[in-house]
Amino acid sequence: RNLTLLESQSFAVNMFKGQINPSQVFPFPSVLNEEQTQFLQELVPPISKFFEEVNDPMKNDSLEKVEDSTMEGLKEMGAFGLQVPTDLGGVGLTNTQYARLVEIVGKHDLGVGITLGAHQSIGFKGILLFGNSAQKEKYLPKLASGETLAAFCLTEPSSGSDAASIRTTATLSPCGKHYLLNGGKIWISNGGLAEIFTVFAKMPIKDEKTGEMKDKITAFIVERSFGGVTHGPPEQKMGIKASNTAEVYFDNVPVPVENVLGEVGGGFKVAMSILNNGRFGMAAALSGTMKGVISQAVDHAANRVQFGSKIHTYGVIQEKLARMAMLQYVTESMAYMISGNMDSGSKDYHIEAAISKIFASEAAWEVADECIQVMGGMGFMKGSGVERVMRDLRIFRIFEGTNDILRLFVALNGFQDAGKHLKSLQKAMKNPLGNAGLLAGEVTKRVRRRAGLSTGLTLQGSIHPELSYSGDLAVNAIEHFGVTIENMLFKHGKNILHEQFVLKRVADSAIDLYAMIVVLSRASRSLSQGHASAQHEKILCETWCVEANDRIMKNVRDLKSNSTTQIFKNIKAISAAMVENGGTVSPHPLGF
Amino acid sequence: MSRVLVGVKRVIDYAVKVRVKPDHSGVVTDGVKHSMNPFCEIAVEEAVKLKEKKLFKEVVAVSCGPAQATETIRTALAMGCDRGIHVEVTGKDYESLGPLQVSKIFAALAKKEEASLVILGKQAIDDDCNQTGQMTAALLDWPQGTFASEVEIEGDKVKVVREIDGGLETIKINMPAVVTADLRLNTPRYATLPNIMKAKKKKIANMKPADLGVDIVSRLEVLRVDEPPTRLAGVKVETVDDLVAKLKESGTI
Repeated sequence: RNLTLLESQSFAVNMFKGQINPSQVFPFPSVLNEEQTQFLQELVPPISKFFEEVNDPMKNDSLEKVEDSTMEGLKEMGAFGLQVPTDLGGVGLTNTQYARLVEIVGKHDLGVGITLGAHQSIGFKGILLFGNSAQKEKYLPKLASGETLAAFCLTEPSSGSDAASIRTTATLSPCGKHYLLNGGKIWISNGGLAEIFTVFAKMPIKDEKTGEMKDKITAFIVERSFGGVTHGPPEQKMGIKASNTAEVYFDNVPVPVENVLGEVGGGFKVAMSILNNGRFGMAAALSGTMKGVISQAVDHAANRVQFGSKIHTYGVIQEKLARMAMLQYVTESMAYMISGNMDSGSKDYHIEAAISKIFASEAAWEVADECIQVMGGMGFMKGSGVERVMRDLRIFRIFEGTNDILRLFVALNGFQDAGKHLKSLQKAMKNPLGNAGLLAGEVTKRVRRRAGLSTGLTLQGSIHPELSYSGDLAVNAIEHFGVTIENMLFKHGKNILHEQFVLKRVADSAIDLYAMIVVLSRASRSLSQGHASAQHEKILCETWCVEANDRIMKNVRDLKSNSTTQIFKNIKAISAAMVENGGTVSPHPLGF
Repeated sequence: MSRVLVGVKRVIDYAVKVRVKPDHSGVVTDGVKHSMNPFCEIAVEEAVKLKEKKLFKEVVAVSCGPAQATETIRTALAMGCDRGIHVEVTGKDYESLGPLQVSKIFAALAKKEEASLVILGKQAIDDDCNQTGQMTAALLDWPQGTFASEVEIEGDKVKVVREIDGGLETIKINMPAVVTADLRLNTPRYATLPNIMKAKKKKIANMKPADLGVDIVSRLEVLRVDEPPTRLAGVKVETVDDLVAKLKESGTI
């Protein structure tokens, strides 16, 4: 029996196997038809105008809420139901159109961005993705108009990253008509404002195979009007102060069985799908945020004179501005590549989405930080508005899946697929004659790779000829990356799960690799289309690729070297001692 | 008394830094952000408000220009106009299109559409002509209320409060009439996404000036466009005598 290796279309999945599947990344997706483009072009000016003229981010920040008149304006604007189908009262936008509008919000006010995002990107997204028609017809119209607000309730005091460990319970009533919900959720965005909650609770489910009772999570649509739902006061936060964050308590809340969202016991998958589905929005919003602060930094650098010259003539400032531009270019390219893939019907984008969230949140933080640095003392002052953006940005590396967890997710998913690949190969090995062709191909590939020879992987034909050097760097990086993954699997096997130092470095390389590919794709398109900015994009792309390649190669070397193994051991020991000592360990240099 | 005609012009957005073309034949428009002339926005807002007060049954938005003029008409539709008319003028004809030709077009349409009221912005922010409203009224032999900061319909007459150099002037004119909107007439509403979606279903009729029997040949020729001279640095003086001496020196006194 012949075995064919399972082919995913995701670029990221394939790069872990040292393969290039260009279908989702080349050419850069262009998914809007003429009507959708025209419609989107009409939406951008009024939304921009509203955020420039009506919304006051400083006021929202100091009031620690979105001004009432602004909320009303946003509701009238239709901003609360951007992706709800038009026949249910929404604007019916595709992911790409949504991304473009969310970019505007991100540029002006992330506090408002989270209020809108917590509502539609995660709050009621479950109803859009998993709701039956009765649920959709009942809830979506009022959610779309903003008459009711939504909130996503997963996190609990003892369950953050470890979402599967939640303790809120749902018990079926004796009459079998409703569940009783009991528990408490914390740090819920819109918690104090929402009428409709997507709540995750656990219940004992009979395992079909073993007959055992197991605790599984189910997702519910819960109305505040069911009774028993209360909330705490607004949390006082470092940033996104305008967004309401509160604890939400469920005390014997009766939830009708019709309000189960998705399958009974299938709640974990619902939660992960919702978060996965909304992730591209974050990259889009943050690419807008970065554009905004970059304009301020450039404006300052182009006008400020010190030591007799405008400061943008100095190399140190030039490097800051250029790096800010590259980080924004990568983020923007990732956001629209992923939204384009999703709009084209791809279901296989979870690794890319996670990569984009990690990249965007860290890039935005760095860009805002450097903007303040370029502006000097002015950057530190409230009046400039950048310190607020910085405070708003900090949470983006934490919520919706901390970047640390998402790195593990990227690495482990990659290893899992690569592992399956190797397992299929192992199976093929048991029947070599029947799978001779497959095995021969794989053997040749491995032999060539280990000899440092190219295996014929190429991006020729996908990228513009002017970018062929950077393309070669990317191919070389993918080959080395693939070998590293295999070596790690051979070395650690299933225990790779516990090797977090390895996983982090693998994830960092994966992120850099995907970033290289997206800018190659975007810059290729600009060159092919003869854009006025194409040459500028070419140098952004080339600079990024050279430096990303260096980082990837360093990670590849580190993962091979013995000195790094020693470093990992040292890290473990240092951390253990700190925990034992309740802080730093070494005694004071002065002895007291 | 059922129909209002509103003229809307697509101009370079007010926030854009305008640059003169290297050949000095005009300003750079390619790839530059355009939007509805701010005074036209005020005119549309006034017309829609009058319709909402049930004083008129229909508001028709009109724009003269190339294909992109329909974007401006759609903005007017999103603000509440009922339908649009796009009078197609392209290329060299569009470059030389000015108030006289546009007012001929509006006059023809006002008659064809049996409009009771024509509302225009007082001037466009690109050419600052401040002529189209006045010429349209003259061609139609209709009364005009220009620089309006307040408009009130009283039966078959219009009461217009006009902003003039000396202050405010209130006049009462018979309909049909032409009114031009000034800055303080109203604050234009934001086009909401639901209204933009509704506007997609509204009709925009397409026609050429010839269909209206209008000759758009220009009697003007633009010879040259230049940027304003760069402002020279000032000079500080210590005393009044120094000031007088410097002014004499420069030939100012």
